[in-house]
Amino acid sequence: MKISRIAGAALALACLGAVPALAPAQAQVQSKSVAVTAIVEHPALDAVRDGVRDELAEQGWKPGDTLRFDYQSAQGNPGTAVQIARQFVGQAPDVIVPISTPSAQAVVSAARDIPVVFTAVTDPLGAQLVRDLSKPGRNVTGLSDLSPVADHLALIREIMPDAKRLGFPYNPGEPNSVTLLELVKKLAPDHGFSVVEAPATRSADVQGAARGLVGRVDAIYMPTDNTVVSALEALLIVGAQNKLPVFTADTDSVQRGAVATVGFNYYQVGRQTGQIVARILKGENPGDIPVKSAEGTDLYVNPKAAAAMGIALPESVVARASKVVGQ
Amino acid sequence: MSTVALLGAAELGLVFALVALGVFLSFRVLDFPDLTVDGSFPLGAAVAATLIVAGWNPWLATGTAMAAGALAGIVTATLNVRFRILHLLASILTMIALFSVNLRIMGRPNVAIIIQDTVLTPFYGLGLSDAVLRPLFVLVVVAVVVALLARFLGSEFGLAMRATGVNARMARAQGVSTDLHIYAGMALSNALVALAGALFAQTNGFADVTSGIGTIVIGLAAVIVGETVVRSRVILWALVGCVVGSILYRIAIQVALNADFIGLQASDLNLVTALLVAGALILPRLRNPLRAGRQEPGTQGTAR
Repeated sequence: MKISRIAGAALALACLGAVPALAPAQAQVQSKSVAVTAIVEHPALDAVRDGVRDELAEQGWKPGDTLRFDYQSAQGNPGTAVQIARQFVGQAPDVIVPISTPSAQAVVSAARDIPVVFTAVTDPLGAQLVRDLSKPGRNVTGLSDLSPVADHLALIREIMPDAKRLGFPYNPGEPNSVTLLELVKKLAPDHGFSVVEAPATRSADVQGAARGLVGRVDAIYMPTDNTVVSALEALLIVGAQNKLPVFTADTDSVQRGAVATVGFNYYQVGRQTGQIVARILKGENPGDIPVKSAEGTDLYVNPKAAAAMGIALPESVVARASKVVGQ
Repeated sequence: MSTVALLGAAELGLVFALVALGVFLSFRVLDFPDLTVDGSFPLGAAVAATLIVAGWNPWLATGTAMAAGALAGIVTATLNVRFRILHLLASILTMIALFSVNLRIMGRPNVAIIIQDTVLTPFYGLGLSDAVLRPLFVLVVVAVVVALLARFLGSEFGLAMRATGVNARMARAQGVSTDLHIYAGMALSNALVALAGALFAQTNGFADVTSGIGTIVIGLAAVIVGETVVRSRVILWALVGCVVGSILYRIAIQVALNADFIGLQASDLNLVTALLVAGALILPRLRNPLRAGRQEPGTQGTAR
């Protein structure tokens, strides 16, 4: 009696499990398959997914035609994320694209041979997805959504062709800012800048740190540092009083009164991820593709703030801005 | 459904079987609805991952994670027994507090242990593929836990704990210290849940502060599905039922993940999973309504 009951329940589940196997195998006619998973569905992550799909479509792999595009959401549960990772590894698609850190960790620890392109991960090294950003090796590469520091430096160079020294106010207690500082120091020479550090451990210290930069730098570049961002107005006052332009790393701060920045939106993050996926579909080895940072193309400018800080924004910059603040 | 996916479902089912066994202890044996598990699961993961990153021996880290889970259970039991806070509320308080505690322990929301040595590392050299090795390892752990737990619940102390859950007043009249057994039972239950968290982190390479969401739901579903499938008053079979229920629950999710061919979307996953589990609970009754109906009174008292 007991046995028959167990068998009955097991049979019922087995039948349900067998149904997918009986479904028509439509994967046969499609030439490539990409499996995408995100930890949860929300506007930013959905935009990444749509960006990946649209980029692949533009590069010639049409979903439902020459591309099998699978998408699974873990609905906020890392346990389910792990199970989705195993499911994808079992399906053996051409590329797996995990969106967000927990999904990426689940996929990377489950997939040994299948190419993985993670995206929307802020710190791929800290998340142990790769051991080296420039030479990831193995089967994993991807895109991080760290601040596009190089784009910021290029923008400052375009707006201020003669500037030489950049002030960098930051809180040395924030690991995120320390990472950004190292990045800025590394990239600044490529754009003809030198970096002057202005540490401030509390919001109240920010104005003093900014004053200390007056006369020593040609512009201030504020990173996405929580301490400094919360005291942005202190920087802006010093900038206006001393004709010292303040540039930022986030578009929100431009709306609060900084000169300009260029930032990405998450649809663009998806498009850039799709480009990496396309390279792998064309035969490149993921381990040979360096991990990239998302590049931003959303240009925010604030001509009024620029004028107050003693510079004029070039016509070419204002013309291509996606948002001109104050108009 | 591929073999890799099926083995993955079995592995995850086995990891969460430890949660189911913990929930069985609190919910069925002690009659204590305990939501602490939503916090003690990520607590186990957080403690194990943080200690492993700090260079501890993974077994020692896992043991410490269990001790941390036991402590969480004792906190809930104290709020309930000592301060007379309703058990449900007491466990909710511990659960929400544990979210902050877990963030403190890890220092950030997510700790990776993909490249560190774990309890599984020594076994990777045995020539088995990951997909086979991991469920096999967890199976051994679960088998040991089930055997020890069956022995414990059959001991004099364990019998007194079961009496506490069935009828506390009666148990006290027999000279049983019900408070002590609630403390012990809650500690043991949450230690098992934390062990599940520690193994989850080590088999999947990360501890995430959000990984506790819905743990109690998964544990309860496993216990109840297990009771439906393996109906027995023998304690060992009741424990085995928890394990079977947990694996069946994961297979239900696996089926739901493969359900896109009938026009379902990724966002329907939880709904499909719920329907499959409901189906698994209802089907045995539909098969023979007469017999199922006759056994109705017995189902509530299962395994006590």
